Amino acid sequence: MKLPIYLDYSATTPVDPRVAQKMIPYLTEIFGNPASRSHAFGWAAEQAVEEARAHVAALINADPKEIVWTSGATEGNNLAIKGAAHFYQTKGKHLITQKTEHKAVLDTFRELERQGFEATYLDVEPNGLVSLEKFAAAIRPDTILASIMMVNNEIGVIQPVWEIAEICRKKGVIFHCDAVQGAGRVAIDLQKFKADLLTITAHKMYGPKGIGALYVRRKPRVRIEAQIHGGGHERGFRSGTLATHQIVGFGEAARLAKLEMATDNERIRALRDRLWKSIQGMEEVYLNGDFERRIPHNLNVSFNFVEGESLIMAVKDIAVSSGSACTSASLEPSYVLRALGRNDELAHSSIRITLGRFTTQDEVDYAASLIKSKVAKLRELSPLWEMYQEGVDLNSVQWAAH
Amino acid sequence: MAYSDKVIDHYENPRNVGSFEKSDESVGTGMVGAPACGDVMKLQIKVGADGRIEDARFKTYGCGSAIASSSLVTEWVKGKTLDQAASIRNTDIAQELSLPPVKIHCSILAEDAIKAAVDDYRKKHGFAGEKPAEEKKVA
Repeated sequence: MKLPIYLDYSATTPVDPRVAQKMIPYLTEIFGNPASRSHAFGWAAEQAVEEARAHVAALINADPKEIVWTSGATEGNNLAIKGAAHFYQTKGKHLITQKTEHKAVLDTFRELERQGFEATYLDVEPNGLVSLEKFAAAIRPDTILASIMMVNNEIGVIQPVWEIAEICRKKGVIFHCDAVQGAGRVAIDLQKFKADLLTITAHKMYGPKGIGALYVRRKPRVRIEAQIHGGGHERGFRSGTLATHQIVGFGEAARLAKLEMATDNERIRALRDRLWKSIQGMEEVYLNGDFERRIPHNLNVSFNFVEGESLIMAVKDIAVSSGSACTSASLEPSYVLRALGRNDELAHSSIRITLGRFTTQDEVDYAASLIKSKVAKLRELSPLWEMYQEGVDLNSVQWAAH
Repeated sequence: MAYSDKVIDHYENPRNVGSFEKSDESVGTGMVGAPACGDVMKLQIKVGADGRIEDARFKTYGCGSAIASSSLVTEWVKGKTLDQAASIRNTDIAQELSLPPVKIHCSILAEDAIKAAVDDYRKKHGFAGEKPAEEKKVA
């Protein structure tokens, strides 16, 4: 077994070797600009781009004409949300999202608020899910756009976006779905799922970084205002020379995802459940987010009385991420876990383990035993664990905040 | 985040982990920080008949730098008088461990923990607050 073991597939996935193989000729041989209409180099590149577009569209059961290439998820979310808000602003100024969205959505909403839009940030339930009743109640006569993610990046819960899309369609609200963590893991059928705009990206499904796609519905037609202007590529939605090799990689990754998703998911679910079964027997261990409505790849666990960053340091032979944002130097516990109503201690004590296509049973078993031994070691170091063992109620202690 | 070798050494081989009996007359206990902030340090000193710190113990809930800072100060306070221990500066700790700016608060917490332990010992022995024992006697 090679150390460290990669268990952070929600951060990014390795490029599948089959995808990399497919990409290489488009760097060296078929290097033409897909927008070059006057020679064979351009035609060959254009053909490759359109084949890839068909594969990406097929993964989400959309029309290839509904796919707009972007540089990735952040651009896709910006284009969808700003693009729709700007286009429909004469109809109303109110937007809806929820508090555990990715920063690419939350920060875009903040920017729109600065521009004069009004936004509602819905709370989630303790299991991490948006309540349909609360969502429907938040819609106002002047609501033009709602954005709810399909799968949360930290806790892996699957939001009821299918039902939310129905509500939006009935109320005449444009619905954007950030499906970055969902695509390739959750079956998406846009003939049935009534999302108007949907963001996906290649590097979460074994494709390369730097390429994503925005789905823009044609029936009924959804309009967005371009955010990047230039040569009018992508039917004016997104100007800029297409990165043929990246797009080819995305297309191949999407083709493989469609073929292998069901078997991958089944295998990964068995590994994830094996891991959870192994660590769940420890004292004071909490799973964050709903277990049933969750992608099979994700475990987000809080080990009470152990601080997340020190735990990550202790388990350095496995590459996992801290639910606590200490690592990003902000010293704030995860806003996602806080939104679930987890107290600060538990929010500070979480790690996210995400499995993927190349995870093996040996790796999972190694991870489980490493986590168990290091949590025990850190608890021996923890004054909070000592107090808990002595029966002290930590909530009754007067802590001096610093 | 990249840690210095000294932080990693203290983190992997923490010195003087454990607890003394809190009620022991020769023991001073300092507990600082808050779980909500992600750091809690408990530092205990055992003071000998000669007024010098003969032993120290710690337990810390916090990041690697917090654990290393508290482990380091348990080594530093041994053999020192209470005044000498209370004069350990956070900047000395940060420098010794090459803490990055974002982790300076860990060294501040370790300094506070020593002061709190010294204060606790002094209170047990009838000395008020931060005043050094010698001054009190003179007054």
